[in-house]
Parts: sequence; structure tokens; C-alpha cells
Amino acid sequence: MTREELPNLAESKLTALVVDDNFVNQSIHQKLLSRLGIQNDVVCNGKEAVDAHCSGRNYDLILMDMDMPIMNGTQATKRLREMGIESKIAGVTTRANEGEKKEFMEAGLNDFQEKPLTISKLLSILHKLDFYVQT
Amino acid sequence: MDTLIAQLQRQFRDYTISLYQQGFLDDQFTELKKLQDECSPDFVAEVVTLFFEDCEKLISNMARALDQTGNVDFKLVGSTVHQLKGSSSSVGAKKVKGLCVTLKDCCDSQNFEGCVRCLQQVDIEYKTLRAKLQDLFNLEQQIVQAGGRIPQVDI
Repeated sequence: MTREELPNLAESKLTALVVDDNFVNQSIHQKLLSRLGIQNDVVCNGKEAVDAHCSGRNYDLILMDMDMPIMNGTQATKRLREMGIESKIAGVTTRANEGEKKEFMEAGLNDFQEKPLTISKLLSILHKLDFYVQT
Repeated sequence: MDTLIAQLQRQFRDYTISLYQQGFLDDQFTELKKLQDECSPDFVAEVVTLFFEDCEKLISNMARALDQTGNVDFKLVGSTVHQLKGSSSSVGAKKVKGLCVTLKDCCDSQNFEGCVRCLQQVDIEYKTLRAKLQDLFNLEQQIVQAGGRIPQVDI
């Protein structure tokens, strides 16, 4: 599909999954997505994200936190890619350490943003990953 | 002579500006305000409530860890304060976030006295912010009850 044929997000009903163990961040990320017309679900750690996909759910975009209990973002991203999940995965984390960021990217991320997320950072993710949105 | 609404709106504006000028809040709080709309008119209050619940829980966990005299798990305290730093950053709680950075440094250098002192400051600071934001939300309510609109404040 060419760039010109891509519908804008408001009409295409894009879906997203928020993966974060922190309720404050869950609330903010869900609100950011809803504001841009993106239907979204939320889970609390990487294992729940993997389980959601095992049960047949699929999303256009996954916002993946790095530090989470049970299964962290790097492990979850690797696992999802091993399962053949081709969703766009954007890592979001407060950790700016270059080594950890590199490891996270190499796990299979399509993009990376530092928290806290804002409308403009989310738009940046969406534009980089070729999702177009009308604000 | 100013109407009651105009007085309340001016009070609200001045108080909001003071919270930023005194370093209690930063730009991220402004970003949260942008997300509040008719569909979720209490969004900011709801998110900061979650944040203060986070503060209470995480500070309690860190206090318990620091209470294990002679056997303090600094790594646990460090990872807990990292979580609190994340939440405080997400809501724009500037002073709380700054203290979390200092506390993390104390954990990394296993400075027990520093950790205890800093944790006490974090506790005081989040409670101060909670009281100030409650005052701000009360002002908003007064404006609405008086029939006025909450002014947009440009920082």
C-alpha cells in the first residue's frame, strides 16, 4: 500500500496495546491514544502482552514499557517477534542508558521514545511508523 | 468592581503560575491539562490521585526496606525510587522527581543516612504537592459553581 493510499487514523480505527505496570502511565498513555482516535487495551507486564497475543488478539501498535515485573519489555518484544507478531512496537522508558536502549531496540522495536509521553512524542512515533493521524 | 467569578479566576491564574514558578510543577503538568476535555473533565484530578496513591505505596515500601537495620537492600530501594521517579515525571511533579533523583544517587552509593533523610523529604514534598493541587482543584470547583469558566493559563 502506498503512502497516498493510507487512510488517516480517525477513519481507519487503528488499535494499540499499552504495556506498562504503572497505573499513572497506563492512564496517560491510554488517554493520549484515545485523543488521537486509536482504540486501545492495556496490560500490566510483558507476559500479559504475550498472553494477549496467544489468545488471538492483535494490534497495529504496541507501546512497550521497559521495566516491568514478571516479563520486562525487552523479553516481551523478543518473544512477540519470535511468535511472528509484526505489529509496530514502540519502546517507551525513562531509562536513557545507551546500552539498555540498544538492547531494547535490538529485541525488535520499530521506534523508541523517552517517557513521559506527550501528544507530540506520540505523533512522532505514529509518523515514523507510517501511521497518519488527523489532529 | 470585580465580580466573584473574575476574582476567583484571577486567584486561580495567580495560584497556577506560582506552582510553576516555585518549581512544584513543570511542562508535563501542562501536557496533562491538554488531555482534559468534556469527555473526561476530571482527567487531571484522576491521574494525580493515582500518582499520590503510588507515592504512599512506594514510600512505605522504601521505608520498610530501609528499616532492615544492617541488611538494607539498596537495590530494592533504588528500583522502587526509579518507579516513583517515573510517575512523578509523568505528572509533572518537578520537586518530587528531583528528590527521587537524589535518593537514587544515595542508593547507588549505599549512603544509608542520605537515603533516610531523602526519603523523609520525598514524603514531605509529595504531601505538600497534594495539598497545593487540592487547593487548585477547589478553586476550579468554586469557579464552576459560581457559573464561570476555568481560565486557560499560559505558562
